[in-house]
Amino acid sequence: MEELYSRRYISYPDGFWDILEERRRTSDLSHALRTFNPQPYKGAPPCSSSELNRAVLESQFLRHVVKEVSAESGEPVEVVRDEASGLLEEMSQNLQLTFIRLLGFSLSKVFKRLFQKILINEEGLNRLQQAIPEHPVILMPNHRSYIDFLVLSYIMFTYDLPIPVIAAGIPLMSMKLIGEIFRRSGAFFIRRAIGDDKLYWALLSEYVRTIVRIGFAPVEFFVEGLRSRTLKSLPPKLGMMHMVLEPFLKGEVYDISLVPISISYDRVLEESLLAHELLGVPKPKETTRGLLKARKILEDDYGSMHVCFGEPLSVRGLAKGTVNRWQYNLVPRDLPAKPSEETLGFVSGVAHLVVRLQEKGMVLSPWSLIATVLLQNPLGMDLDALIQRTCWLRELVEGFGAVLHWTGQVPACEVVLSSLSRHHSVVRCEKGRVTLVEEAGASPATPEEGVFRRAAAVLMCASYRNQALHVFVRPALVATAITSPTVTDEDIFAHFQFLQDVFSNEFIFIPGTSHQDFEEGCSSLRKCGAVQVCDQQIRVTEEGKDTIFFLTAVLEPFIQTYQMVFRHLTNEPDQPFTERQYITGVRSSTLKRILSGDVQSFEALSSDVQKNVLSGLVRMGGVTKLKKGVRSEFRVDKTTIGRIADKLAGKMPPHLTIQSRL
Amino acid sequence: FSCSSSGVKPAVATGLVGTVQQQDIMKWNGWGYADSKFFFNKKGQGEFTGKRYRLSGLILPSLKDWFEGTFGANLQHKSPPSLNTSAVAPPSLNEAFVEELKSTGIPFSHDTEDRVFRAHGHCLHEIFSLRDGRVGRCPDMVVWPNCHNDVVKIVELACKHSVCLIPYGGGTSVSSALECPPEETRSIVSLDTSQMNRILWIDEKNLTAHVEAGIIGQDLERLLNESGYCTGHEPDSMEFSSLGGWVATRASGMKKNIYGNIEDLVVHIKMVTPRGVIEKSCQGPRMSTGPDIHHFILGSEGTLGVVTEVTLKIRPIPEYQKYGSVVFPNFQQGVACLREVAKQRCAPASIRLMDNEQFQFGHALKPQVSSIFTSFLDGLKKFYITKFKGFDPHHLCVATLLFEGDREKVLQHEKLVYDIAAKFGGLAAGEDNGQRGYMLTFVIAYLRDLGMEYYVIGESFETSVPWDRWVLDLCRNVKERIVRECKEKGVQFPPLSTCRVTQTYDAGACVYFYFAFNYRGLSDPVHVYEQVEHAAREEILANGGSLSHHHGVGKLRKEWMQETISSVGLGMLKSVKDYLDPNNIFGNRNLL
Repeated sequence: MEELYSRRYISYPDGFWDILEERRRTSDLSHALRTFNPQPYKGAPPCSSSELNRAVLESQFLRHVVKEVSAESGEPVEVVRDEASGLLEEMSQNLQLTFIRLLGFSLSKVFKRLFQKILINEEGLNRLQQAIPEHPVILMPNHRSYIDFLVLSYIMFTYDLPIPVIAAGIPLMSMKLIGEIFRRSGAFFIRRAIGDDKLYWALLSEYVRTIVRIGFAPVEFFVEGLRSRTLKSLPPKLGMMHMVLEPFLKGEVYDISLVPISISYDRVLEESLLAHELLGVPKPKETTRGLLKARKILEDDYGSMHVCFGEPLSVRGLAKGTVNRWQYNLVPRDLPAKPSEETLGFVSGVAHLVVRLQEKGMVLSPWSLIATVLLQNPLGMDLDALIQRTCWLRELVEGFGAVLHWTGQVPACEVVLSSLSRHHSVVRCEKGRVTLVEEAGASPATPEEGVFRRAAAVLMCASYRNQALHVFVRPALVATAITSPTVTDEDIFAHFQFLQDVFSNEFIFIPGTSHQDFEEGCSSLRKCGAVQVCDQQIRVTEEGKDTIFFLTAVLEPFIQTYQMVFRHLTNEPDQPFTERQYITGVRSSTLKRILSGDVQSFEALSSDVQKNVLSGLVRMGGVTKLKKGVRSEFRVDKTTIGRIADKLAGKMPPHLTIQSRL
Repeated sequence: FSCSSSGVKPAVATGLVGTVQQQDIMKWNGWGYADSKFFFNKKGQGEFTGKRYRLSGLILPSLKDWFEGTFGANLQHKSPPSLNTSAVAPPSLNEAFVEELKSTGIPFSHDTEDRVFRAHGHCLHEIFSLRDGRVGRCPDMVVWPNCHNDVVKIVELACKHSVCLIPYGGGTSVSSALECPPEETRSIVSLDTSQMNRILWIDEKNLTAHVEAGIIGQDLERLLNESGYCTGHEPDSMEFSSLGGWVATRASGMKKNIYGNIEDLVVHIKMVTPRGVIEKSCQGPRMSTGPDIHHFILGSEGTLGVVTEVTLKIRPIPEYQKYGSVVFPNFQQGVACLREVAKQRCAPASIRLMDNEQFQFGHALKPQVSSIFTSFLDGLKKFYITKFKGFDPHHLCVATLLFEGDREKVLQHEKLVYDIAAKFGGLAAGEDNGQRGYMLTFVIAYLRDLGMEYYVIGESFETSVPWDRWVLDLCRNVKERIVRECKEKGVQFPPLSTCRVTQTYDAGACVYFYFAFNYRGLSDPVHVYEQVEHAAREEILANGGSLSHHHGVGKLRKEWMQETISSVGLGMLKSVKDYLDPNNIFGNRNLL
C-alpha cells in the first residue's frame, strides 16, 4: 500500500483518483505480473479451494441435511451426498492467481478503450485495506452492469488487496470459456429460482458461511440480487444477506465488516439492451458469441465511471441492542434452524441500510440531470433553456447533498454539450434544439410500433434519471403530499407514509424509518427555500413553487403508471391471472390509452414498474397471490384497489393513523 | 441406618483457633497472608516474600520485563495505598439484640478492624477502595458462634429483634456477596463461622466425614490427611475459603475429575434458617424423594440461612501423584485435545490449558536458575520446540496435568493422555512445567496486589460453555471484546486479556479469564474496569457461556439472573426465600 502514496495520481477535488492514469503511462504487462501479496484476514489459515469444498461437504450441517433429504426422498444417503457434491462442483469458485493476472492484463486494455477514467475514492480504499485484516469483509456493490464485478476485482488486484469471491448468477457460467475464466477469477455460481430445493439451499448457505467463517477471502455479492434494468436501486434480497450475517450472530466470528460500494457510470454499456428488456423484447441469452459481438461497444465513448468504497459497517455495531444473540444458545450451531422474526427484521434492516448507503455514495453524472430535465420536456427544448435548467437543477441536488461529477471550473455549456455528444444514441442536438432520438430505420409500419420506438427512447432517458432518483424521492414525496388537494396539515405525514407504502417496491426505504425519511424530505425542502415551516405548518413559498412543481413532476410518471394499472385491473373481468397474462394485459391496455392520449407517460410501458405495482398490491392487499401448482396466480380485490387509487389521487383523505406532525 | 460404628473417630481439634489469629496473619487490604507478597527489589528484580510457597524467597528475573512490557507500566510510577481506617462509620447496634446475645455467652465484637475485615470480599472494586482508605457500609458487629446450637440461638435472636445477618466464612468471595447492602437500615451482624472448624467424626466404613462448616479448606485437608484421608476438593481459594462457603456458592475443585464438585461430594447438609433447621433424615447415597432439597441450599449464597454441618465423602490419600505438561502449537489444537480427552472420559485429576499470553506470563515467574547447566538445558528445550518442531512462540500454548492414584495406573493413564495429545501435535514438556503451572494458581492473586502498586488493576472471571466451537469462539470473542472495550474507554495501553480452560466435562468446559490493564491517565479506573467486565460478561452470555461456573452470582451478576433462569425460575427461588426467610433476616441481597 505504500506504493499507493508514492504513485503520482492526479488528485481530484472530491478525493477521487483515476486508476487508469498510470495504466496509460506504464506497461500493462508488468502491472499484470507484479508481485501480488495482499494481507489476508488475520484469522484465516491458508486454505485451497478444494479444501474449502471438502470442509463444506464434511460439515455437520451438510451431513445433517443430506440425511434429512435422504429420509424425505427415500434416496440412499450416498446418492444424495453425490448429488450434493455435484452441485457444489457446479457452484464453487476456483480462484487462481494466474487467471487474475490474465484478467488484469486484458482488462487494462479493455478499460482504457472504454473509459476515459475509472475514478475511485482513495480514502475508502484505505479504510477497506485496514478493515480486511481485522474481520471478514463483505463487499456489497450495487449492480448496474455486467462489468461491475470485473472492475472491482481489477481494483482489488491493482491495490494489492485480496481478490474477493463473488456470488454470480448461473447464466454467466453457461457461457463457454468465459464461465471458466470467471470461476477461476473467484466467481461462484448460484442458480436462479432455487425455490424450496432444500439441498441446494443448504449447500449454498454452508458454502457462503464457511467462506465468511474462515475468512477465506472477502465475499462479494449484489444485495439487490439482480442487475438493475432501470438503473434504480432494487429492493434488497435477504437470503444471501442472512447467510453472510449468520457467522456473527452465532458467535463464530467476532465481527463482520460490510462495505457498501457505489458504482456509477456516465454511460452504461448495456443501455440499449435495458430499454428493450423493459419493453418486453426478451433479453439475448448470455453467450460468448454475444459478448464478442459486443466488440463494437469498444469503439464507443463511455465517459468515466466512479467506484466509491463506503465506510465499513460493523455488523456487531448494527446488531447491538437489536438482536439478542442468546437465542442461538439452545440449539446446536451446526444444525439448521429457522431464523427468528427478530433476526429476519435485523437482516432486512441491514440490507436496506446498505442499499441506502450505496445510493448515498453514488457520484451523479451531469447527464442524469440533463435526462431528468429532458423527460419533463418530452417535445424537446432549446439548448440554452436546457443548459439553464440543468444549472438550476445542479444547485438543487447539491443542496440536497448529492455528489456530482461536475468540476467547478468547466463552463456549464461545455459539460452539457459533451454529455449530449456522449449520449448521441439517446439525444440529438440540432440547430440549437435538443430532442430524444428514436430508433433509426424505416418509418414505423403501425402506430403501435411508433409508440414502442418512442418509448424505447424515453425509457433509456428515464434510466439515467433513475440514477438520480434517490436524491429527489424524499423531498418529492413530501411535495406530493403537501400539494395533494385534499390533504390537511395534520395528514401530511400520514399521506407521506401512505405514498411510501404504495411505492416501497419502487424506491428503497429502510423499514421503520418513515419519520427520519419525512424529516429528511422536509429539511431538504426547507434548505432550498421551497417551503417554510411555522406553527407546525408547512407552507410552499412563492419562489419555491417552481421547485415543488419540478419535484412532483419527477414522481408523476410513477403515479400515472400506478393509476393506469389500477384502472386496468378494476375494469378487467373478475378472474385469476398469471404474471405473464398480467403483463400482456397491462401492456396492451397501456398502449391503447397512450394512443388515445389518455396516458401521457411512455414509462407506463416499462414492465419493471408494472411488476412493482403488482408486488405493491399484493403487499397492500389489493391482490391476493394464489399458489396453483408450480405457478402462482393472482386474484384482484377491486374495492381495495379502488380505495388505494382514490387515496393516491387525493380524492379521500387517507385514514391511516392521523398524527399531528409538523 | 447406623453411623455409630467402630469406624467413627473422635472429634479432632484444628490448629487455627481464635478470632484474632487468622485476622492477624492476613492482609487487611489485599490477598492472603500478610507475610507473602511480590515486590520489586532495589535492582528492579521481582521477589516473593515469606516462606509459605515454593516461590517464596526466590528472585524472579523476568518479572519486571514482562510486567513493563505487557502493561506499559513503569517501576518509577507507584501508586501506594493510603492507610486510613478511621473513615469507618460507628456501628449502629440493636441494643436489645446485644443484651440477649450477651446472656448466651457467644463471643462478639464491634471493633472497627473486625468489622472492616468482614465488610468485603476480593472483587477489584472492594480491594481498590480499601487501598484508597474508603470503606462503605460495614457490618455493625461480628459474632463468633462455636457450634450449630450457637447458630440456632443467634438466628432466633436475629428474628426476634429484626437484625440482618450476613454469614461469613473465608471471605474469598469475588461476586460482591459480602458487601453490605447500603440501603439496609437494620443493624447488620456478620456471622463468622470460623470457630466452627472441627471434624466431628470420620466414618471409615462409608468413607464419609462429618465436619463443621466453618472449617477452612487447607485445615480440613491437613486434618483428614493425618488420618490417611482427603476430600480431594481443592478450589484455587482452598487456603482461605471455608466448607460452608463452598456449599453456599456451588464450589468446584481443581481435581473434580476424580472427586467431583461440591455437589457430588456432599452427602448431608444441616442449615439453620429463620424457619428452623433443615436437614435430611438419613445418609442414603441417592434418593428419589422429590427435588433434592440440597439443591436449594447449594448455591443459596447466604440468602436462606447458615450451613452449620456437612457430611462429605472422603477418599484414602492417593498413593502416587504426578504432574505433567504438554506444549501445543496453538490454542485450537490444545482445545481439540482437551475435547478428545473428555470424549474418551480419560481426563486426569486435573487438566488445564493456558493460552499463549498465560504461557508467557508463566515464564515471567520463572525463578533465577542456579546453574549454568539448567539454563543450558532450558535453552536446548526452547530450541527444540521452536526451531526443530517449528512452534511459533507467539502461538504455542501449554496444558498442565495432574495424575493421581496408584503408581501403575497413573503411569498407564499418563501414557494414554500423552498419546492423545500427540495426535493434536502436543509435545510432552515435563513435570516441572506442570507443577509450576499449579503453583501459579495460588500466587496469581498476590500478583494483583503488586500490580496495584504500579497503576495496574485486574481480575479474573469465569464461565462454563458447551464444546463444539463455543469454547474456541467464546475465548476469542471475549478476549477481543475486552481489548476493544478498553480502547474505547480510553485505556492507553493494551490490556492483558488471557484465558485458560480449567475444567473439562462431557458436554463442555470451564473457561477462566484474566484481565488487567494499566490505568494511568484514567480518572475513574474502577468504573472503567467494571464497564469492561460487564461488557465481557455480556459477550460471554451472547456466545453461549453461563453466568458463572463456580464463583456464584452475588450482587455483581444479579442483573442477568432472570434471563439466565427465566422469570418463572426466578419466581421459584423467590418463593423458597419467602417461605424460609419472610423477613429477610439473611439480608445480603445476593442472587435474587
